[in-house]
Amino acid sequence: MPDAHAEHFPGPIHRPPVASNVDAIQPHEHEDYPHHPKLQHHFDDMAQQAEASTLGMWVFLVTEIMFFGGLFMAYLVYRSQAPAAFQEASAHLSIGWGGFNTAVLIFSSLTMALAVRSAQTSEPAKTQVTWIVITMFLGVVFLGVKAIEYTEKFRDHIVPGPYFDVTKWEHPPGVEMFYSLYFCMTGLHALHMIIGLGIMTWLAIMAGRKTFNADYYTPVEVAGLYWHFVDIVWIFLFPLLYLIGRHYHHG
Amino acid sequence: MSAGHVAPKSLYYQIFAALLIGTALTIAVAFVDLGAFNNVAMLTIAAGKALLVILFFMHVRWGTRLTGLVVASGFFWLLILFTITMSDFLTRGWIAGSLR
Repeated sequence: MPDAHAEHFPGPIHRPPVASNVDAIQPHEHEDYPHHPKLQHHFDDMAQQAEASTLGMWVFLVTEIMFFGGLFMAYLVYRSQAPAAFQEASAHLSIGWGGFNTAVLIFSSLTMALAVRSAQTSEPAKTQVTWIVITMFLGVVFLGVKAIEYTEKFRDHIVPGPYFDVTKWEHPPGVEMFYSLYFCMTGLHALHMIIGLGIMTWLAIMAGRKTFNADYYTPVEVAGLYWHFVDIVWIFLFPLLYLIGRHYHHG
Repeated sequence: MSAGHVAPKSLYYQIFAALLIGTALTIAVAFVDLGAFNNVAMLTIAAGKALLVILFFMHVRWGTRLTGLVVASGFFWLLILFTITMSDFLTRGWIAGSLR
C-alpha cells in the first residue's frame, strides 16, 4: 500500500558491486541508503519483513496445532472407549463458568484485534496500550475463573490421583480419565494464557514507548496471532469438555 | 510501508457478535438430545467460530496465499492424525481372534 512514508523509506537500492579489495568494503555499508530503523538487513523492505515474521509465527502456530492436537487425539480415543463415563464426568462441570470464560476470551480476542488495528492505524501510544491492557485484564479474569474451578475440583476430590473419590461416580475409571485430560488440556491452555500475558506485558511497554505505528507493528500483529490461537483452542475445549454431558442418564 | 489490510472496526464488532451468537447456539444445542448429531452440531459450530477468528481476527483473509496454505496444512495434518489413529481404534474387533 503506497503512502507518504514510502518517500522516506524507498527500500533497497542497487548497491555498487563489492570491490575485490576487502578494505574497500565499508563497515556500515547498509547506511548508504535511507531505511526504517526497524528494518533488518536481510530483508528487502518492511513489507517483506512483516510477511516473513507473520509466516514464521504461523509455522509456529501449526506446531502448536499439532501440540494440542495430540491431547485432542487422546480425548477422542478415550472418549470412544468410555463414552458414558465422559458424559457423566462432563455433566459435573459448570456450564455457567465455562460459558462465561468463553465469552471473556472472545471479548479479549476482539480487544486484541483492536489493539493490532490501533497500531496499524498509528493511533496514539495511549490508545494502543489501553487495548493491550484491556486484553490482559480479560486474560486475568479468565485465569481467575479457572482458579475457582480448579479449587472446586481439589475440594471435591475430583482431581485424578490417590485422593480421587471413586464412590461418587458410576464409572470411576473413565471419569478419572476424563479429568486427567481436563487438567492436561485446560492446564496447557492456561499455561499458554500465562505466557500470553507475559508477551502482552512486554508489548504494552513497547507500545508505551511509541514503538508501533503504521510503518512498524509486526510485534503487535504476531502477538495477536498467538492470542487468537489460544482463543481458538478454547473454542474447541469448551464444548468438548463442558457440553457433552447434558443427556447423561444415570443407571 | 504499511503492509497489511486495515479492516473497519465495524467488521470486528460483527465477528465478535457472530462468535457470541455461536457460543449461545452451541450451549443451546447441547441441551437438546440429538444423539450422535450433538457432536456434529457442536464441532461444526466450533469450526465455524475458529474459521471466523482465523480469517478476520488473524487477517488470513487478507494475507498471502502462502500463509493460507500453511494454516490449512496445519489442520490437514491434524486430520491425518485423527483419521489414521481412529481407523485403528474403531476397527479393532472387526476380525475374529484379534487382540481385543
